Amino acid sequence: MTASQIIFYILAAFILGTAILSVTTTKIFRSAIWLLFSLIGIAGLYFWLEVEFIAAVQIVVYVGGIVVLIIFSIFLTQQSGKEMLKPSMMRSIASILAVLFGFAFTYFLIYKNDFQAGDKPFDWSVNKIGTQMLETGENGYALPFEVVSILLLAAMVGCIVIAIKSKPEENNG
Amino acid sequence: MADIPISHILFVSTALFFIGMYGLFTRRNMITMLMSIELILNSVNINFVVFNKYLYPDRLDGIFFTIFIITIAAAEAAVAIAIIINLYRSHRSIDVESAEEMKY
Repeated sequence: MTASQIIFYILAAFILGTAILSVTTTKIFRSAIWLLFSLIGIAGLYFWLEVEFIAAVQIVVYVGGIVVLIIFSIFLTQQSGKEMLKPSMMRSIASILAVLFGFAFTYFLIYKNDFQAGDKPFDWSVNKIGTQMLETGENGYALPFEVVSILLLAAMVGCIVIAIKSKPEENNG
Repeated sequence: MADIPISHILFVSTALFFIGMYGLFTRRNMITMLMSIELILNSVNINFVVFNKYLYPDRLDGIFFTIFIITIAAAEAAVAIAIIINLYRSHRSIDVESAEEMKY
C-alpha cells in the first residue's frame, strides 16, 4: 500500500465521518462545524486529485463563504446551545432504509460499469481554464459565463429585496 | 494516484450524496436542510472532477461544470438564507412545519 493510497483512504474516512456527524448531531452549531470539516476534507480530496485550482475555489467559496453565511444565520435565528428535536424513530428508520437501498443500487451500477480510462495526460492550468472560459468557439464557455454572472446579480438583488424590511414602522421585529 | 481505482472515489461521492439525502429526510430545521443540500452539491462536484480526470483527461468540461456548480451553490445559499431570515421574522421559527400555512 503506497502513501498515496493511505492518504486517499484517510481523506475518504474523514469526509464521510464528519458528514455523518453533521447530519446526525442534535446541536445545530456543531452540525455547521462538522460541515466545515467535511468541506475542508473535500478540498483535501481535490488536492489529492491534483486539481489545486478547484481545491482553492472550494476553500474560498465554501469554507470561507457559505459556511460563514450559515453560521451567521444560525446566530441570527437560533438560541445557541438549544437542542434540536430528534427525528421520530419511524422516520429515521424509514430514511435509513431508503438511503441504504438507494446507495446499494447506485453503487451496484457503478461497480458493474466498465469505465474506459483515458490514456492522455491530464493537463489543466489556470491559463487554459481562463482561455476556454471566455472563448466563443465550439468548446468555449462564454455564454454560460455571462449567464452565471447575470444569475449572481439577480441573486444579489433578490436577497436584498427579500431581506429588506417592508415597512419602517415594523422596526420592533 | 493512479493506483486507486475510479470506483473507490465514486464510492465516496455516492456515500456523500446519500448522507445528504438522509439529512434532507430527517431534519426539520431549514438551515440544516440547507447544509444537507450543500453536501449533495459537493458530491456532484467530486463526480465531475473525477470523471474529467480519469475518463476524459484531454478535456476540461468537468472542471467548468464544477466551477459553475460552486457559483450557483453560493447564489442559492445566499437566497435561501435571506428567505429563512425573512421567515424567522414573521413566524419566530425556522422549522418547515411552522411554514405550512404557505400551502393554502
